[in-house]
Amino acid sequence: MELLVASAIGVLTATGLYLVFRMRSFPVILGISLLTYAVNVFLFASGRLAVGAPPILDKTADLTYADPLPQALVLTAIVISFGMTAVVVMIALGAYLGGDDDTVNDAVQDDTTAKEDAA
Amino acid sequence: MSLFLIVALPFLGALLPGLMNSAGRQACAGITFTVTLSAFIGLLTNAPAVFAGNVVTVGVDWMPLLGLNFNLMLDGLGFFFAMLILGIGLLIITYARFYLSREDNMGEFFTYLLLFQGAMVGIVLSDNILLLLIFWELTSLSSFLLIGYWKHLPEGRQGARMALTVTGMGGLSMIGGMLILGQIAGSYDLSVILENRELIQESPLYLPALILILLGCFTKSAQFPFHFWLPHAMAAPTPVSAYLHSATMVKAGIFLMARMWPVLSGTTEWFVIVTTAGLITMVLGAVIALFKHDLKALLAFSTVSHLGLITMLLGTGTAFGAMAAMFHILNHATFKAALFMSAGIVDHEAHTRDIRRLGGLRHLMPITFVIATLGALSMAGIPLLNGFLSKEMMLEEANRTVLFNTPWLVPVMATVGSLFSAAYCFRLISHTFLGPVRKDYPSAPHDPGAGLWMPPAILIVPVIAIGVAPFLAEPFVKMVTASVLGEAAEVPTAYFKIWHGLVPALFMSIIATVGGLILLGLFKPLLRGWDAAPRPEAKVIFEGLVEGIVAVAKRLVLPLHDGSFSRYSAFAAVTIIGVGYYAWMTGTVGTATRELQPAGPVPVAGWLMLVAAALGLVFLHRNRLLSLVLIGIAGLMVSVGFVFFSAPDLAMTQFTVEAVTIILLLLALNFLPNRTPVESTVLRRSRDTVIAVAGGLATFALSYHYLLRDSVAPAISAFHVENSYKGGGGTNMVNVILVDFRGFDTYGEIIVLGIAALVIYALTEALLGGPVRARLLNRLPDQPRAGDMHPMMMVVMTRVMMPIIMMVGFYIFLRGHNEPGGGFISGLVVSIGVVIQYMASGFGWTTARLRYPYHGIIGAGVLIAGLTGIGSWFVAKPFLTSDFTYVRIPPFNEFELATAALFDLGVFLAVVGAVMLALESLSRLARRQEAMESEYPMDIDPSREDNDVALQKEEA
Repeated sequence: MELLVASAIGVLTATGLYLVFRMRSFPVILGISLLTYAVNVFLFASGRLAVGAPPILDKTADLTYADPLPQALVLTAIVISFGMTAVVVMIALGAYLGGDDDTVNDAVQDDTTAKEDAA
Repeated sequence: MSLFLIVALPFLGALLPGLMNSAGRQACAGITFTVTLSAFIGLLTNAPAVFAGNVVTVGVDWMPLLGLNFNLMLDGLGFFFAMLILGIGLLIITYARFYLSREDNMGEFFTYLLLFQGAMVGIVLSDNILLLLIFWELTSLSSFLLIGYWKHLPEGRQGARMALTVTGMGGLSMIGGMLILGQIAGSYDLSVILENRELIQESPLYLPALILILLGCFTKSAQFPFHFWLPHAMAAPTPVSAYLHSATMVKAGIFLMARMWPVLSGTTEWFVIVTTAGLITMVLGAVIALFKHDLKALLAFSTVSHLGLITMLLGTGTAFGAMAAMFHILNHATFKAALFMSAGIVDHEAHTRDIRRLGGLRHLMPITFVIATLGALSMAGIPLLNGFLSKEMMLEEANRTVLFNTPWLVPVMATVGSLFSAAYCFRLISHTFLGPVRKDYPSAPHDPGAGLWMPPAILIVPVIAIGVAPFLAEPFVKMVTASVLGEAAEVPTAYFKIWHGLVPALFMSIIATVGGLILLGLFKPLLRGWDAAPRPEAKVIFEGLVEGIVAVAKRLVLPLHDGSFSRYSAFAAVTIIGVGYYAWMTGTVGTATRELQPAGPVPVAGWLMLVAAALGLVFLHRNRLLSLVLIGIAGLMVSVGFVFFSAPDLAMTQFTVEAVTIILLLLALNFLPNRTPVESTVLRRSRDTVIAVAGGLATFALSYHYLLRDSVAPAISAFHVENSYKGGGGTNMVNVILVDFRGFDTYGEIIVLGIAALVIYALTEALLGGPVRARLLNRLPDQPRAGDMHPMMMVVMTRVMMPIIMMVGFYIFLRGHNEPGGGFISGLVVSIGVVIQYMASGFGWTTARLRYPYHGIIGAGVLIAGLTGIGSWFVAKPFLTSDFTYVRIPPFNEFELATAALFDLGVFLAVVGAVMLALESLSRLARRQEAMESEYPMDIDPSREDNDVALQKEEA
């Protein structure tokens, strides 16, 4: 089971990274989403894996529970990552609508613009 | 009045001028004046205690772990400076009211001025050096705003930037010095540091601390070689120059030297560094000032010179020197502020400050002439004016000071400085006011209204009063000196008087005055010589230095960070993998302590689907719609994994977030191209593959490694398991952690979420307000539209489902504390319910039925959560302490009431608001003026009469 989870994290990271290196904004966003899954699962797994032991206290019995702390951290992380994905999508959309271009790479900034900034 | 209030008043008051801006200039200046006056009166209420020799202190612990306490103290020195800051501040506010023109934004000006005033008062009243540093940096920032107030002038912007760079750099080094000092003394409280003179001076770290602190003082007080920024800061409006650059900010460095005098002075290092710097600054500033044609530049360099004089006096390390320094600070503040204001009047009336274009103003502006002449004569050191007294004391002190084993060095330099000082004062009077009346002034000069001349005139009163009757100032100056000296030395007994007999200082004074007159007579040939002589231009050097640093920084940064996202994301990935690999190779790997758990067929099936979806994405990502399906599968499998591994809350969250994310991406795809073109070369793709696979292997290895081992230190989760029910009153530990144990984190997170949604909203507004709008309106859909956009079946279905979804959301919210659920999840569920309405019945129909704006819902959520936290203050508990109780209302079962539920309600509202605002903003982009604005939920509705119209609209 550990092998499955670890390899899933690895596959999600690898595919996420590959897509992040693409040149258009949409695949980059997909890549970031995959990386988000990878990171969330990774954080979650830091509480180690437990099957059938949800962290819901049973007042009558003395049980062992899955580690609740990483779960709480990952829960907010999932919601926040939605917010951040939405911001990135909006920026990508704005850039595309404004410049009719959805590539993520700028042309290298040359010295002339920098000098204008300074003046 | 409490010292806290005195410091807080200007900061609180800084909010007012901006608010009063629309009420007119009079109200705006009036409110600023009132605020300053209240602080001033508050200061005076403390005067009896200070004059009795007591030190007024107040304090609260702010961050005791760091030694940062909000401690304030008011002794003689602090009182003296606070009086200068607030008292001259009052005059400056009056003056500025009449000086600023109608085009200037007065509210902005007075806001900056009050900010600056508060920071200055904070510096002089701080009893904690870390607190002092905070105020110190605040003066740098607020003075930057003030100097650059006239944003349209390039000189203003450049001058502000230069001042900020120089003083900011000094502030940085001072932080280092103060930290060392605090480490030596074992406390950051000034009162403790001041008692540890021996300990500090014997420490091997004394010299570095001294140099770092002095760098801060010298940059702030414009001492050589950092004197060059002050004249460029003169691009500021004159009230700013008069306030910051004569009376207050430039004296901050001197204040700090005086404050630290008991612990830092008296050593050879202090003596050599401070006296030399002061002496050079004094002479250099005086010489340059003589040849400046701009009135304000002349005054700026004369300020530099006088600051050098005071620094030199502090550097000698004797009690008499310190007393003379304090006396001169008082005198200089009065006559220099008056002179700056007079220069401002001349500029205001004649529309030029160039001395070469002035002259003869004596007849045209008699009042200004009298004020400026008295101020200038005092500065030159003419008897019966206050400048004479402190200059005599300075010369006397110089006479006794031996630097570099050369007894004549200091007296001669001091005399030369005074001589040039007298010369530029005489030039200021004669070239501006004396001589014949000219016909070519840029504007006909005349005396201004009382609003402009009254403030400098008030300042001239002490100039004459102290000059004629020095004993008036004596008790006060001695009281201030006593608090400077502390226990390090006795206050000198010397009396302040005009006639000291035929002492050497008198002869030096006579030489200076006569020499000054001679120099004025020889001014024309001297100026020719000066203009011919090559001089280093500080501004050119400074700009060159900055440009050089920028060039170096560019060479370092641009290869990495050249605007290509692919490039630096690849760099980041490679670096992280490399660092991780290094750690892996150099660390020791422990043996596995956990058993591998067997995997049944279901987990393997889930794993296969996840991997297939992820790999499929890589190969099929060019088809964007298909890739959305694939990423949905990946997300679902992750949620299923959470269920399987005992994390029901996570699974519910992931599941609902998945739904809104897909809707979000679909909305985005509505605009973006539907296919990704093939652009990258095979080489590039293989390179990316290599990096990606390496990254995947790295995370795989790391997670596999730790999944088989227990953590090195025991996890803190045991505490949460233990206390979740006992302390938090809930059995769902994840939810109790979110709303109780780590409620502060959650509070921050909902705020971040709200900000993200507002950013999206703002970006949408910006897009719709710009040129993009036209393009959006003219955009042709790249895919055929559905004939029936809002099918009746769907509308009816969603209508029926809406209350059910709401009920489910409510249920999930209520059970959250004890069973899986809670604010986050129910917020997402309810959002999905609302989104379905948008999708089924259309944007216009849903918006029309929306009672509260989403911004408001976010705000209400954050407010409720915050107020719940604050509520615990009323029972004297820290922020966000939760409480709960069990209630039983027959015939229901016993149930629980917890403040955490209220907090969760805040979370719920913030999540609903943020998700909806984000999605709504995106879909607003898709709205076009005609077809989409239908108010009706269905395009075809038999009960409606205008069906034909709706259909026609749709076709158009």
